Amino acid sequence: MSDGKAPAAWAWLRELLVSLGAVALALLVGAGLLALAGYNVADAYVSLYQGSFGNIYSLADTLLNAIPLLFTGLAVAFAFRGGLFNIGTEGQLYVAALATALVALALPGWPSVLVITAALLAGAAAGAAWGFVPGFLKARTGAHEVITTIMLNYVAILLTTHLVKTQFKAPGPVDQTALIPAAARLPELIATTRLTWAIVIAIALIALVDWVLRRSAWGMDVELLGQNPEAAAYAGVPVQARVAMIMAVSGAIAGLAGSTLVLGVLHRFITNFSPGYGFTGIAVALVARTRPWGIVPAAVLFGALQAGGLSMQLFARIPSDLMTVVQGLVILFVAAPGLVTLFRRRAGKTGMALEREGTR
Amino acid sequence: MRGVHKRFGPVVANDGVDLAVAPGEIHCLLGENGAGKSTLMKILYGLYQPDGGEIRVRGRQVRMRGPRDAMALGIGMVHQHFMLVDRMTVAENLIAGIEPVRHGLIDLARAREQVRAIADRYGLRVDPDARVHDLSVGEQQRVEILKALMRNADVLILDEPTAVLTPQEVDELFHVMQQLKADGKTLIFITHKLRETMAFSDRVTVLRAGRNAGTVQTAATNPQELAEMMVGRHVSLRVSRPPQTPGDVLLELEGVSVTDGRGHARLRGVSLTVRSGEILGIAGVEGNGQLELEEAVAGLRPLAGGKVRIGGQEPLRAGPQGRRDLGLAHIPSDRLRRGLAAPLRLTRNGILGRHWRAPFALRGVLREPPIRSHVSQLLERFQIRGRLEAPAGTLSGGNQQKLVVARELAHGPKVILACQPTRGVDVGAIEQIHAQLLKMRSAGAAILLISADLDELMALSDRLAVLYEGRILVEGPAERFTKPELGLWMAGQRPAAAGAEGARNV
Repeated sequence: MSDGKAPAAWAWLRELLVSLGAVALALLVGAGLLALAGYNVADAYVSLYQGSFGNIYSLADTLLNAIPLLFTGLAVAFAFRGGLFNIGTEGQLYVAALATALVALALPGWPSVLVITAALLAGAAAGAAWGFVPGFLKARTGAHEVITTIMLNYVAILLTTHLVKTQFKAPGPVDQTALIPAAARLPELIATTRLTWAIVIAIALIALVDWVLRRSAWGMDVELLGQNPEAAAYAGVPVQARVAMIMAVSGAIAGLAGSTLVLGVLHRFITNFSPGYGFTGIAVALVARTRPWGIVPAAVLFGALQAGGLSMQLFARIPSDLMTVVQGLVILFVAAPGLVTLFRRRAGKTGMALEREGTR
Repeated sequence: MRGVHKRFGPVVANDGVDLAVAPGEIHCLLGENGAGKSTLMKILYGLYQPDGGEIRVRGRQVRMRGPRDAMALGIGMVHQHFMLVDRMTVAENLIAGIEPVRHGLIDLARAREQVRAIADRYGLRVDPDARVHDLSVGEQQRVEILKALMRNADVLILDEPTAVLTPQEVDELFHVMQQLKADGKTLIFITHKLRETMAFSDRVTVLRAGRNAGTVQTAATNPQELAEMMVGRHVSLRVSRPPQTPGDVLLELEGVSVTDGRGHARLRGVSLTVRSGEILGIAGVEGNGQLELEEAVAGLRPLAGGKVRIGGQEPLRAGPQGRRDLGLAHIPSDRLRRGLAAPLRLTRNGILGRHWRAPFALRGVLREPPIRSHVSQLLERFQIRGRLEAPAGTLSGGNQQKLVVARELAHGPKVILACQPTRGVDVGAIEQIHAQLLKMRSAGAAILLISADLDELMALSDRLAVLYEGRILVEGPAERFTKPELGLWMAGQRPAAAGAEGARNV
């Protein structure tokens, strides 16, 4: 049935081109701003490129920055597919990171595979629990998950900080746990790059989610809920149970972002360690148009901006403020197509309203 | 109008349409859904700009940039969905935009006078001070007609005006139209119903797939000929319902009550039985509990009281799946709201509700080969044009509905809950859907048919029941009811000469 799939493939390609065009546009406008501020645009962008894709180490840096975004982006995208807005990935990532660190610290002397598996599962479970609560509240009381997940972000960040300060603090000025044993650390994929097996876990998870959505009856329940909840109820989908479960799964995926950071990079839990991986995940999911495989290029893009931005600051001496502006532009332009579709729908409604007005 | 073209993206809505309407006539614009009737009229009313062709009014070529231009030329339109402000009074609605002003303030007294004068002239009785949301649908339509008349319309376009009316209201509309005609007004009447075309119009223009399929004198044609002009092939208008002795009771409702979210009773102790090989039709004006009855039987709404039995059993599982386990098929009244997930592919919509069951899923994993062959069969059996991988939303309304019907009838259901099974679909699809329902009846299914289309109810049903304010007002063999009587029952009144003797009053 190649004739059936051809248009879908074209649509995919078109969306990719639109996204690439948006990146180019953002860089162009960013260049204008840099020039206005009196910086050498060429220098700036050369160092941006050098710092993100220029050599094997900067590429590794880009990927390192992309890994947590693979998880959080996938988490947000998955919930979106089920018609739910999980804005709580930041909080889910924190509780999962602490759970992972505590389990890794609690099992000294265990074989590496076992302790890593246990620590990852503990993190996923903590993230799932943190996602389940708003899902359950939505299913039972109708409480909107946007509000509850945002609120739970604060709870998670402050609760983990409080717990570390009062219960699990390692000696020293910083509020952080002790270092986890070497056996609990994720092995490096490429020596000296800090690039660990986390990336493999992330890719495998993306493949799994993609398969579940396309090929499983449970995934069809999710898609139905996302596309037409009334049709889902008509089809006999247990809506309440699915809503709670989708949020729990999304929370578990987001949690793994925190878990893999602890096991692969930080090697301990540090309070306030996330520079907003959870929130950037929302942008990643938007850019990926909620497609599981779209998460990969989207997360790499944001990882590259992070890594390249740092080198822009170091080598082109562009202050971090302007660097953030350029990043913001990219987010704006790349996420804009999603916004454009939203606006177009709104405009359609406005058009109808206008038509009605005309008939008076 | 000559050679009018209009396209929306790749869709050609009007493909060189000619239409000539003589002054003082009632001209019917007949066609299936999507034939381009409404588009053509919206062009005439200035809402759409044509891509080609010309419009002449009283011999003079005109270009309309909006409804204001159309109104200035004496063209008015009554839309299918009324454009009234619910919370305002009739008079306020009527003068909106043309308010008589005195000292910079709206002169409501004069407005009221104007409304009364024009209403009296055409026998369109409405209370100028009534709020629109207190009016019946028929009265609201009168307000819409008045609105056009107050703007000095000579040509009045009525877009499917009877779709929302009871038979009595249709009769009243007919009188109003005759009066308007007598006063020299020209009426263009859009419909897809043959019976109305024959009853109301002087001449008929048939549109098919965006083209003019011919203009004929109503007196010189017949419904069969018009139907064939509409569809472009032979159609059988008569459904034959062979006599058949009903078997065991397969669907039983016992004192079913339903309340809405605010605690108001929407169904009050409804008891019904439908036997094998029997079609029970539910008539009623929309909003009298049809939706609640549908949802109660389908398991989509908790019962406040009473029982639903399918094949003599109460469902073990709550919700739609428990009903499906016992052999219920449900054609929902709103296919886009509930019957389909428009963005999903046909291979998903074709197994909706059974996507956890063998052979479509095995241990939770969807199996494409049986799904594809099953959905291909559905498409073939109902002649649905569409690709398996296309989103259901890309199908035409008729094909969407056929997909829903095909899906629901595919598994040899014991009981069929058929709600508005042919709403918004064309003559060809209606013919097919009716034939399939009758085939299921012969095969021994019990069918509960909830429909707003009286012709459909009377043609298909073995027995009829009227739902009024959540109660079954009357029930009896279909032959005992005439259409006017049914209309009176639907309005909550008992026909003077209670023609439905032997009908059970509940």
